[in-house]
Amino acid sequence: MKTSYLANKFIPVSTIVILIGLFWYLVAVPMNSDKVSRQFKNLTASEHILKCWSLKKPKLPTPHQIITEMVNTTFFKKISSKRSLVYHGWITLQATLAGFFLGTLLGILLALGIVHNRAMDLSVMPWVIASQTIPILAIAPMIIVVMNSVGVTGLLPKAIISMYLSFFPVVVGMVKGLRSPDQIQLDQMRTWSASSREILWYLRFPSSLPFLFASLKVGVAASLVGAIVGELPSGAIAGLGARMLAGTYYGQTIMIWSALFAAAFLAAFLVFTIDFLQKITLKRMAIIR
Amino acid sequence: MISVSDVNLTFETNDGPVNALKNVSMEVNEGDFVSFIGPSGCGKTTLLRVIAALETPTEGRVTVNNMTPDEARKARQYGYVFQAAGLYPWRTVSGNIKLPLEIMGYSTSEKEDRTRKVIDLVELNGFEKKFPWQLSGGMQQRASIARALAFDANILLMDEPFGALDEIVRDRLNGELLNLWARTRKTICFVTHSIPEAVFLSTKIVVMSPRPGRITDIIESPLPKKRDLNIRDSREFIKIAQRVREGLKAGQTEDVF
Repeated sequence: MKTSYLANKFIPVSTIVILIGLFWYLVAVPMNSDKVSRQFKNLTASEHILKCWSLKKPKLPTPHQIITEMVNTTFFKKISSKRSLVYHGWITLQATLAGFFLGTLLGILLALGIVHNRAMDLSVMPWVIASQTIPILAIAPMIIVVMNSVGVTGLLPKAIISMYLSFFPVVVGMVKGLRSPDQIQLDQMRTWSASSREILWYLRFPSSLPFLFASLKVGVAASLVGAIVGELPSGAIAGLGARMLAGTYYGQTIMIWSALFAAAFLAAFLVFTIDFLQKITLKRMAIIR
Repeated sequence: MISVSDVNLTFETNDGPVNALKNVSMEVNEGDFVSFIGPSGCGKTTLLRVIAALETPTEGRVTVNNMTPDEARKARQYGYVFQAAGLYPWRTVSGNIKLPLEIMGYSTSEKEDRTRKVIDLVELNGFEKKFPWQLSGGMQQRASIARALAFDANILLMDEPFGALDEIVRDRLNGELLNLWARTRKTICFVTHSIPEAVFLSTKIVVMSPRPGRITDIIESPLPKKRDLNIRDSREFIKIAQRVREGLKAGQTEDVF
């Protein structure tokens, strides 16, 4: 078990991480070279390279600069401080979770409608798909502006954008999941003259859970993207998106990258949490062993 | 108990109408064990589904316990065992047996009682808490039969329940099914494509043939109700099997030769 974990997960993953890291440091040299030449004269080659890796406002910050910045702004700032990554991350996480919840709810309700109502089956799906062909970057500012004009600000507009992105995988997965019971199982329910609500509760819903979890994993990542995109056009001063925006205003590339990494870690954390819940639930239901 | 008279059933398909049942008439009396036998496409499963109100005939009259099939279905007059056991993977054996009882609104104590009784009946004692994947195919099918017996239906409709099992397991389950039938005094309709299985189990054998699906012979078996596997070597058994075979052949001649 332990050796197979090493061989199957740890070694391949860390090999790739190391390769990416090496490549990163390599690329950082030509990227930042101009700036170093302008600021410093008469450097030896090795001094020049070291400077390329430690500029204050580099074009491409190196991994250790980003990690240092992340550690500083995560552990050595008060959580309530505007310079704390935890503070910004928490703001974004709230919008993400609210949007994820709303999106999942909307997705499940739409799927129930599509599976149980023929009119909805024929009419809703094209609109659901069309909704995702509109670029979210185009629609996000409109949502923010419209909601601002009716006095709704803060978390809710961002959550709505998250919902807009995350309901889609849930609808698609749940329609497939709720329809996954085969004809024999449905006929069997009919021989017991079960109502469609009983069929839903005893058969369709449990059968759909593996599909639901797969959708939730996609949905939660999309939610986070939605929340960050929602922070970009709103002139928000808090949240990971706002942090990235502030970084671009002031040329603070290290700040942008550390917000980006924070978002990536947050997404990974959310996806792994759902993966964990999926494993427990499906194991308990004896669907996976 | 079950009466089918002049039933026609036509399916509309993309290749035009298919005559699945043509002028089918037969009776099942209380306590009978009736087998429907014939090659695939002869409408034996369709006929069983008509009795179960899973299909509606185009013409003709069917009554089940003096009701229409749909009324009988709603009154939960029959238990249906499908080709595949169809157990719910997330429910244990006893959880699966309780499922129809839950839907039918039995009380908790009643559910327990009935589950225990049918688990005894199909001899799955000790496996109540096992999940379907932990059971062999034969045991899964026994659990599925137990589930169909758990509520008070006096008719048991079985659609090739042992079709996917090997012959050794099938022989054993056939013997057990006869015991179960004797003990519960249910009326059983049984679809099969195995001649020995049909002759061994039945008090009445309905021989069917395809294109269009119709009945070519109905045989009242002279074999005693209480029988064991050795009866398959008796002269009566062989004679009935011969008659079934001839019935099947008679149905085939037109389009094979």
